[in-house]
Amino acid sequence: MTVVAARPRIAVVVFPGTWSERDFAHVAGSVLGWEASLVWHTETDLGRPDAVVLPGGFAHGDHLRTGAIARFSPVMQSVAGFADTGGPVIGSCNGFQVLTEAGLLPGALLRNDHLEFRCDWQSLRVERPSSCPAWLGDLADGEVIRLPISHGEGRYVADAETLDALESAGRVVLRYADDGGALMPEANPNGSERAIAGIVNERGNVLGLMPHPERAAEAEVGGTDGLRLFRSLERWLLEQPAAVERRL
Amino acid sequence: MGGTGLTVRWLAEVLVALRPGIADPEGQTVASALRSLGYSAVSEVRSGKLLRIGFEADDREAAESALADMCRRLLANPVMEVATWELAPEPEPARVEVPG
Repeated sequence: MTVVAARPRIAVVVFPGTWSERDFAHVAGSVLGWEASLVWHTETDLGRPDAVVLPGGFAHGDHLRTGAIARFSPVMQSVAGFADTGGPVIGSCNGFQVLTEAGLLPGALLRNDHLEFRCDWQSLRVERPSSCPAWLGDLADGEVIRLPISHGEGRYVADAETLDALESAGRVVLRYADDGGALMPEANPNGSERAIAGIVNERGNVLGLMPHPERAAEAEVGGTDGLRLFRSLERWLLEQPAAVERRL
Repeated sequence: MGGTGLTVRWLAEVLVALRPGIADPEGQTVASALRSLGYSAVSEVRSGKLLRIGFEADDREAAESALADMCRRLLANPVMEVATWELAPEPEPARVEVPG
């Protein structure tokens, strides 16, 4: 019997004001040869994807609070349902903010402590990647990766009890660090509590991070560490019988 | 709206502010600007957002209940914010006599 690996299929959600959807679709489609479809926020059919992306941008103008209005878009019920079945979901930047507003991840993202919009390359320390095998399976505990950040509201905040619970469960998977992986105030670009840049949900299938992996997927743009999240997903999908079943 | 049919228009002013203890860099920056203008007595500024909401409800109880629901579902994120409000029946618009 010959097993032909299906191409991964990702659904990229687009709200009014989203701006990173085409970068995700470009990496998935042009760089990796996957199938990528854009799903408008009023849709409820995600198109049976292997993974769902909530990209960066300014959904609904970020009015009221970042992600506050996007949370009520019809597509978010389908995203929550997909996450409930264990489907891999990644929310980058504004997508992370939407995930916290939707209650799919704890905490909130507030105005950067210095009030500036920060657009730069950032070193990140990877921690407990085994907590999020679908997106971080190819990364090693303690290694330092470099991804772009681009946000004005990335200061991760949660009460001390929530932060302690996240850390003790190994759900803090990315922290802002210096190039050697050390945590220090100068390496924290937004004043996030405990230098948190990325967290996963309890089940480990929903990842929220402020950096942009889709902007670091080709050497000519300055780095390819972001591509490793996509490669992790590809490898993880091959190991999942459920992913094959979704295609049949 | 059920009941009496005497639906009243209400005007609410909802103040959404960061919880005490959550750093407010915008407030800190304003405080520092005030001090640099010579208002050295300013010890703290906390920023917030004011939302003026006009809506209809049968009575004060229904209006309060609707507002609480709006705050819980959308207007404030309990992770870092607290909402308070003032509520009053909306004043009747002044009559304008049109000449001629």
